[in-house]
Amino acid sequence: MAELLSPKAGNNVSLERRAWQIRRNALLMGEVQGQGYIGQALGVADVLAVSYFHAMTYRAEDPEWEGRDRFLLSIGHYAIALYAALIEAGILPEDEIETYGMDESRMPMSGMASYTPGMEITGGSLGQGLGIAVGVALGLKRKDNPAFVYNLLSDGELGEGSTWEAVMSAVQWKLDNLIAIVDFNDQQADGKSTDALAFGDEGAKWAAFGWFAQTVDGNDIHAVKEAFDKARADTSARPRVIICNTKMCKGVPFLEERDKTHFIRVEADEWAKALAHLDHEVPA
Amino acid sequence: MTQAVFGANSRRQSKYVARVAASPDARVATSAMIASLDAEGRETVSAPFGQALIDLAAKRNDIVGLSADLSKYTDMHVFAEKHPDRFYQMGMAEQLLISAAAGLAKEGFTPFATTYAVFASRRAYDFIAMAIAEENLPVKIVCALPGLTTGYGPSHQATEDIAIFRGLPNMTIIDPCDAEDVYQATHAIADHNGPVYMRLLRGKVPNVLGGYGYKFKLGKAQLIHDGDDVLFISSGFMTMRTIDAAKALAKDGVSAAVLHVPTIKPLDLETIAAQAQRKGRLVITAENHTIMGGLGEAVGAGLMRQGVFVPFKSIALPDEFLDAGALPTLHDQYGISVGGIVNSVKSWL
Repeated sequence: MAELLSPKAGNNVSLERRAWQIRRNALLMGEVQGQGYIGQALGVADVLAVSYFHAMTYRAEDPEWEGRDRFLLSIGHYAIALYAALIEAGILPEDEIETYGMDESRMPMSGMASYTPGMEITGGSLGQGLGIAVGVALGLKRKDNPAFVYNLLSDGELGEGSTWEAVMSAVQWKLDNLIAIVDFNDQQADGKSTDALAFGDEGAKWAAFGWFAQTVDGNDIHAVKEAFDKARADTSARPRVIICNTKMCKGVPFLEERDKTHFIRVEADEWAKALAHLDHEVPA
Repeated sequence: MTQAVFGANSRRQSKYVARVAASPDARVATSAMIASLDAEGRETVSAPFGQALIDLAAKRNDIVGLSADLSKYTDMHVFAEKHPDRFYQMGMAEQLLISAAAGLAKEGFTPFATTYAVFASRRAYDFIAMAIAEENLPVKIVCALPGLTTGYGPSHQATEDIAIFRGLPNMTIIDPCDAEDVYQATHAIADHNGPVYMRLLRGKVPNVLGGYGYKFKLGKAQLIHDGDDVLFISSGFMTMRTIDAAKALAKDGVSAAVLHVPTIKPLDLETIAAQAQRKGRLVITAENHTIMGGLGEAVGAGLMRQGVFVPFKSIALPDEFLDAGALPTLHDQYGISVGGIVNSVKSWL
């Protein structure tokens, strides 16, 4: 279980409730800006809940604690989702939600290491995160540090050739301390990811490269939790990947129905409507 | 059918015109890609970069080496043989090389990553910019075949690497002259807490500057010898050439000073301006790099910004994709050989 020392944390809170809170934090931030990658945040909230409140070890009051599991966000535009999780984890204060994307905020629209506690890398130029994760994993092994390195990628990012350099390297170096998480929501800037490149069976593809690959419904918290447990417990000397099929805008049905959701248009009055929908059913 | 547009300085002819071999005694072969600059009858040192890395590693546990299938051609192999546990063969994958080096730096190590200058500057640029420079990580990118040091043509000739990296914030750029410069600079950049791009001379590297009491200092230009008519401001192996050109010019009664500028960024404008301001000298920059965006333009613009206006010329490679062929031929052709420098200077005086 996560080592949670922040006052707002507690281990008796359900993962469903954590995911709900992450969605809520993200919507509140989106409302502040009147825009944002809210579709991704709502879609990946369950995966982040499992990451930060089940799988990872960290100290909220010391985000750079040497023993922490490293969570590398390649996809800088998912920052809104990670901020929402970092707030729920007590790494960022809740009252900074209203600064999201504002001048001098610690939470810029695209995630950068030098701006935000808990943001391990500067993402945004896709295809770099997994390579950096390889280096971090090698570094941890050099130090005999048993921490895990997580890298959250998107499906679109799998189009970057450099990702596949890192995929091969992680197997070469037997990086059993590396867990890649692919948020497969099949949406990228111009439309469906699978209309742009022939992704094929991603699970089979990663497995063929030599990874311990699992594919799950990324919005089924129980399934995600189980996949993370298996990834961490696997004893083979190979990197692990969890491909999470997620639904953009999950949890807000009137947004889920929309067609193009990469940078979803949300009208001014719809933020309150979306929040009201969330608040209508608060998980235990 | 399209025809490649050859540069104004090219000797190339149509690929549809048959060639006749020169007589055996007149043939000049393309030097091997791994050729070093040892064909000048000088004292040489073998693999000064690899040796420096070995000496550094003996003192510092944080030093690690990485290469993208070019350890042998970047002198990293001597380090790898000595410290196999500290060397990472990353395969033919430069983007991975750079991002993995960034990851190791994030975990507290000081990675030296080697490849060819073309691959670092062209292929891996975005990775160097975002994974390393933006976070100011202490990764040292050390690259062989800078400028025109191979006859293999544009795929291997990094004629614009300095122009590319000069625009990158946080990046320190080193262009060493000889074996001693490479050896000392390797130690100095290891001590520098930030990213560095260093152009590498590899293999048997001449030793030249030791005889002038030279010591490498990061960020400092250094006067190698003085003169009254011409001030050469040069970097990299071009400082070997300007030293020899100064000797040749002396025979014709032209007195030339040589200011060696091994750190291109940050540029030591204080020393450069102080030297350039001395009356009665033609200032000539000399670099193994395209005329676009390298030492010459950095010095010229820097001097003007400092209010120093002096007669100014530049010796550099032309703004062209360069020919393939033998290095001595190419250095003459593009005006960066000692003879080429002397001819240019005489035409300007």
